[in-house]
Amino acid sequence: MIDVIINVTLLAFLAITAVAIIRMSNLFAIIMLFSMFSFLSAGVFIVMDAIDVAFTEAAVGTGVSTVLMLATLALTKDQKEKQPVAHRPWLPLTVVIVTGSALVYGTLDIPPFGDPDAPAQTHVAPEYLERSIPETGVQNVVTSVLASYRGFDTLGEVTVVFTAGIAVMLLIGGRRRKEELEQPQGDPDDA
Amino acid sequence: MTHNLILRVVSKSLIPLIILFALYVQFHGDFGPGGGFQAGVIMSAGIILYALVFGLDAAEQVIQPPLLRILASIGVVIYAGVGIVSLFFGGNYLNYSVLADNQVAGQHLGILLVELGVGITVFSVMLIIYFSFAGRSRP
Repeated sequence: MIDVIINVTLLAFLAITAVAIIRMSNLFAIIMLFSMFSFLSAGVFIVMDAIDVAFTEAAVGTGVSTVLMLATLALTKDQKEKQPVAHRPWLPLTVVIVTGSALVYGTLDIPPFGDPDAPAQTHVAPEYLERSIPETGVQNVVTSVLASYRGFDTLGEVTVVFTAGIAVMLLIGGRRRKEELEQPQGDPDDA
Repeated sequence: MTHNLILRVVSKSLIPLIILFALYVQFHGDFGPGGGFQAGVIMSAGIILYALVFGLDAAEQVIQPPLLRILASIGVVIYAGVGIVSLFFGGNYLNYSVLADNQVAGQHLGILLVELGVGITVFSVMLIIYFSFAGRSRP
């Protein structure tokens, strides 16, 4: 019962935050609301007992990505306000409503949350749960699946993170050259 | 923000706790929630907080960007290296069971090392990204 109340409250706040983000025009406030949105989703994950995911969402979504978006906002000072929309909203609205109702229709076939007979619960999950402690001695099955049974996947993920770091360094890393700083509008003849 | 006394005092007492918690999440990930990815992000959040309050230059004194670049690669090398070491012990790639005398100890050692690699890479890449973004606005 208490789960339902917390879930309804959190999801209602998520919806309110989303609507507020759409209606706002101040980018700084939008970034702060995004941070709140992440924090609320971390709360939803905790109610669903996905502590590891909630951890990541709280640290990355609420903390680091908010700081990164604020840093980006500080770099693009001249466009503080969202530009007014020039086109009519009917076509995007239709696409969103059709896609949304198709997704909601799809959820009707999904078994209820936590159903022991759901395909996700009957395929490989019982095997992991039974074999994890005798085979690896690791009590947190999430860790043993992530690092041992699915070690290749995690190696790929680490490589993706590493590649992202390299890409950011190549694009905007390092200090700006002196000429670039003195003349931000960059006339090539003077450089 | 560099002159705000309250922020300086509060963050000075918070940052050690954040880093301690990150280490706990890193090395206790086998038993409790968490693991390398979460630990790396929490640790980098601590350093980012330091950079926000005390300035980017002070944070780059704590961890120099060239060191971060090396650390980011070392994490991936640790992960892939554990796989290659298990090849030398006669197992499959990333099969940790052969790393120690018995299977449980081997798996435990392998998972610990692999999570350490994940943590180091995630920590340094997050900081590299933050330093790159924040460094652009530096005069």
